[in-house]
Amino acid sequence: MSTNPTPFFTSLKCRECGRPYPKEAIHVCEIDFGPLEAAYDYDAIKAVLSRELLRSRPRRMWRYRELLPIDGQPTIGTQVGFTPLVKADRLAAKLGIKSLWIKNDTVNYPTLSFKDRVVSVALNRARELGFETVACASTGNLANSVAANAASAGLKSYVLIPADLEQGKVLGSLVYGTNVIGIHGAYDQVNRLCSEIAGKYGWGFVNVNLRPYYAEGSKTMGFEICDQLDWRVPRHTVVPMASGSLLTKIHKSYTELMKVGILDEAPFSIHGAQASGCSPIATAMKKGVDIVKPVPKPDTIAKSLAIGTPADGYYAIHTMRQTGGFAEDVTDAEVVEGIKLLAEYEGIFAETAGGVTVACARKLIESGKIPRDEEAVLCITGHGLKTQEAINGSCGAPRLINPSLREFEALVADEIETLQPKK
Amino acid sequence: MPNNIRIPTPLRKLTKEQEVVQATGANIEQIIADLEANYPGIKERICDDAGNVRRFVNVFLNDEDIRFLEDKATAVKEGDEISIVPAIAGG
Repeated sequence: MSTNPTPFFTSLKCRECGRPYPKEAIHVCEIDFGPLEAAYDYDAIKAVLSRELLRSRPRRMWRYRELLPIDGQPTIGTQVGFTPLVKADRLAAKLGIKSLWIKNDTVNYPTLSFKDRVVSVALNRARELGFETVACASTGNLANSVAANAASAGLKSYVLIPADLEQGKVLGSLVYGTNVIGIHGAYDQVNRLCSEIAGKYGWGFVNVNLRPYYAEGSKTMGFEICDQLDWRVPRHTVVPMASGSLLTKIHKSYTELMKVGILDEAPFSIHGAQASGCSPIATAMKKGVDIVKPVPKPDTIAKSLAIGTPADGYYAIHTMRQTGGFAEDVTDAEVVEGIKLLAEYEGIFAETAGGVTVACARKLIESGKIPRDEEAVLCITGHGLKTQEAINGSCGAPRLINPSLREFEALVADEIETLQPKK
Repeated sequence: MPNNIRIPTPLRKLTKEQEVVQATGANIEQIIADLEANYPGIKERICDDAGNVRRFVNVFLNDEDIRFLEDKATAVKEGDEISIVPAIAGG
């Protein structure tokens, strides 16, 4: 038995058949191969949790401790979360919607993406289960976060990534002294390899054998959104989709807050965003089917979303349908346009996945799927400094001059009516 | 002529640890029925109560997912190789 057990996180449970499983490093139902998910005693949580209690705690993701799947108190990633929810009035006017918010996980601590949330939960659970080495299959952001958080916790780590990732994401793992393994292949092949080695060396693979714990960390993004809206659920939320996990967990976060009496019941829709070069979930959603056809060779600059065989695709589709949401996808050119819109109108530099989310939101607004007189939150999940290659050449270049007033004045002469300094 | 069927690790207890077994049938449904006759209990793991392949199990006919062919009615001919592969979580 772990120290300091709480009664709130009760077991793992098969999402397909509901069979309960012990809270170990397992992730698949032995009978039907369905994914295992954390189960809670919501009555017990409802009895202790209140808005006042939550508000009395530090502004961190661990504020919602009772709804996260660890037994003791967190010791890893205690500073993660509570990123700004930015009222995006200038971008709202540009996109033609009444009210727009940016949940800005580009500044999440410590590695500038929402993955710090999931890794914080996974590594705390890994420590509780006695793992000394942690690992992951990653498109980049997860690798950065596992490497950094493992370093600070004194855990050994291995991160497996496709060999052709952006340089910022490769360096952003190497710097922490982790073991970076580049695989000649797409993410899905990296993932397949990880599933083969996960059980072999006694490692805690955050998104394989620790996935039921890891995935729950994404809920904190949704908890924070409602908290920051003064305990309201936003009418529309637009979420980028890779495996589809984040989208399903945002939904779970909203419904859990209602279940435990923190939020009043209110309608909400969750929409999914993908890049056209790898849009298996959006394609199935648009076709009106729930069988996700794998994309064997993803081809998009949004590499962090390039998962051709999305593990939670089926559930993401059902979540969108159930909430009256829609899926959209955008070209690489639209992704760049989305990155620039967010930067130029809100001063937020997002990675390619952020460009996907903004560009898809724009399409959803233009097509009336998100009505112009309603409110939307965009989940922006990673920082633009990590994917600079994607916009290189699309933002112009500095104009170069010598350190001379004459050259400067010649340069700006056409742009400024008078060069007389203002009084 | 029977076809070769690749069995994933979690199901090999049912096939006496054999990685490849043989089964006969004109389509996938018959192949699975033949597997069940020789390795009782295996059908329940691959198919739901209605006899359809479970959501998190993939059946490949020569590397093509049968969901994108004719599903369990997909015809099987001599020499076709069938693989049963649980879906892989991740991401």
